[in-house]
Amino acid sequence: MPEPRSHDATDVEERGEVTDQGRETGAGAGPGAGTASPAGGPGARGVWPRLRTRASFWVPTGALVVLGAVALAPGFFATLGGGDGDPRVCLLARSVQASATGHPFGFDVQGCDVFANVIYGTRASLSVGLLATAVALVVALVVGTAAGLRDGLLDTALSRLTDVFLGFPFLVGALVVLTSLGDRSVVSVALVLGLFAWPTLARLVRSSVRSVRGAEFVAASRAMGISATRTVLLHVVPNSLGPVLAIATIMVGQVIVAESTLTFLGVGLEAPSISWGRQLAEAQSRVSSAPHLLLWPSLFLTVTVLALISLGDVLRDVLDPRS
Amino acid sequence: MILYVARRVLGLAGTLVGVTFVIYAMVFALPGDPVAALGGDRPLSPSVVAQLRQQYNLDEPLVVQYLLYLGGVLTGDLGSDFNGRSVAGQMAGRWPTTIALALTAWGLQIVVGVVLGVVAGLRRGSLLDRGVLLLTILISSVPVFVLGVTAQLVVGVRWQLLPIAGSSAGWPTAYLLPAAVIAVFGLAPIARLVRGSVSDTLGADFVRAHRAKGLSPRRVVGLHVMRSSAIPVLTYLAVDLGLLLGGTVVVEGIFNLPGVGQLLFSAVREQEGAIVVGVSTALVVIFLLASLVVDLVASALDPRIRRA
Repeated sequence: MPEPRSHDATDVEERGEVTDQGRETGAGAGPGAGTASPAGGPGARGVWPRLRTRASFWVPTGALVVLGAVALAPGFFATLGGGDGDPRVCLLARSVQASATGHPFGFDVQGCDVFANVIYGTRASLSVGLLATAVALVVALVVGTAAGLRDGLLDTALSRLTDVFLGFPFLVGALVVLTSLGDRSVVSVALVLGLFAWPTLARLVRSSVRSVRGAEFVAASRAMGISATRTVLLHVVPNSLGPVLAIATIMVGQVIVAESTLTFLGVGLEAPSISWGRQLAEAQSRVSSAPHLLLWPSLFLTVTVLALISLGDVLRDVLDPRS
Repeated sequence: MILYVARRVLGLAGTLVGVTFVIYAMVFALPGDPVAALGGDRPLSPSVVAQLRQQYNLDEPLVVQYLLYLGGVLTGDLGSDFNGRSVAGQMAGRWPTTIALALTAWGLQIVVGVVLGVVAGLRRGSLLDRGVLLLTILISSVPVFVLGVTAQLVVGVRWQLLPIAGSSAGWPTAYLLPAAVIAVFGLAPIARLVRGSVSDTLGADFVRAHRAKGLSPRRVVGLHVMRSSAIPVLTYLAVDLGLLLGGTVVVEGIFNLPGVGQLLFSAVREQEGAIVVGVSTALVVIFLLASLVVDLVASALDPRIRRA
């Protein structure tokens, strides 16, 4: 029974109710799924051919590949500015100076190279975003699948639990926990953000699983003597996954924004982590005399989040059976 | 309807208990010394430690501790800071500022968001529609504080149009810029929701029926399409309030507006744990109450919701 109240900004609930969502969406939809389900439906032509021709898929994907490479090998990319590319070589004498040879983005308050710091900051931001979303996705899959498969007490209990965590305004919830948390590293910040991010996804998984569990290919799989657990893992979950992955992609972007905001407030990542949020927090007090301190980290942050959100948007478009 | 209201109120009570328990568990029951964590970097004197242990009933069993805390929350007692001033008392004088800011932002958001959404929805696929969509995605990619600081710099410092800090200029002058900054963020989802539901509703059978019986396009859109498109938007307004509350924390901090959000903002920076917990609890409770009101209004607009 779908909840009347929906905290979701999107129309996820209704979307999940549609029964014949793209069967090719799940990465590993088993062979049984393909044979048992009748051909046809919007997803039948496959997701890939529909994505392949869209510039709105390739542009954000390209941007994310580059950013991923930057996050994996910041040392290499930092030298591309022409300098030595060490974010921790700082000279107070160069404090907030504008760009110079080898230092295209200028220097920050401490006299460190802004370019190198922005490059190195990519890793922290992307790690927090991906890790928090991964945690949220795993919890959401377990909770959502369990609630979606079973009626009655388990469903009620899990849905209530989801409601409790949806009862927090995202930022405020994370704020409370992070304030009382002593050590704030990439991992702990990501875990806290994941803690408040999973309910949205769990709701989506639940309604998605509900719409799939009655499908003919699930009944066929059971009739063929495949165990309930195997059926769920091989057929129900992969076929419920499409819309969830699209929203999860968008969530990575939202988590990155949340991390930078929390860091700005003073409860996010701490030194010695290098992150865009910390650079932006530092830039605030000097913004009128040195706007470049604000410009470069926020430009990188915005491009990253923009790429994630628009990629998620395209995926949602393709995976959404109603579109 | 009465049954539905009763069910929703009961549900809210359950969520409230759960939410306060999560806050409680996170803050006071995690491993480590909660009293030391509340003090942040500051060393606490033994008398303060003893007072805090007594204040939060830390020597009682966990369940008793939580129930005492919940009882305090329900009676409006949100604890007190290190100087012994009650958190609820410190918030009291600040509510008008926050409410003025939030309502201004809400108003801006709804008006601009609905106009953008309706325009885009009525002309789906047009250049205008694509422009609105692109704008809404772009906006949601910028952190609120970046926009706030930039707005201060450009509108306040460079152009000297609006004050950049404090509330001395009064409403609306002092509130316009911060409200606009918050509003921009809720704008995108509202515009997209309105766009989607307007263009969905335009294709619905009942709209065709209204057209067929000869209603003017203006009446069809203005009355029937709008009413039916309003429900998802209305439901979203509850989520939106959550974002708004989060937004006020950052924006009141940046623009130095003496509201509840700023209290939380400075408490975080000064590591006044007790204030952080108290103010956050109050914000969460408000958020839950607002979701309840929104649900009830939505169910009044659309009777189908009640039967679900």
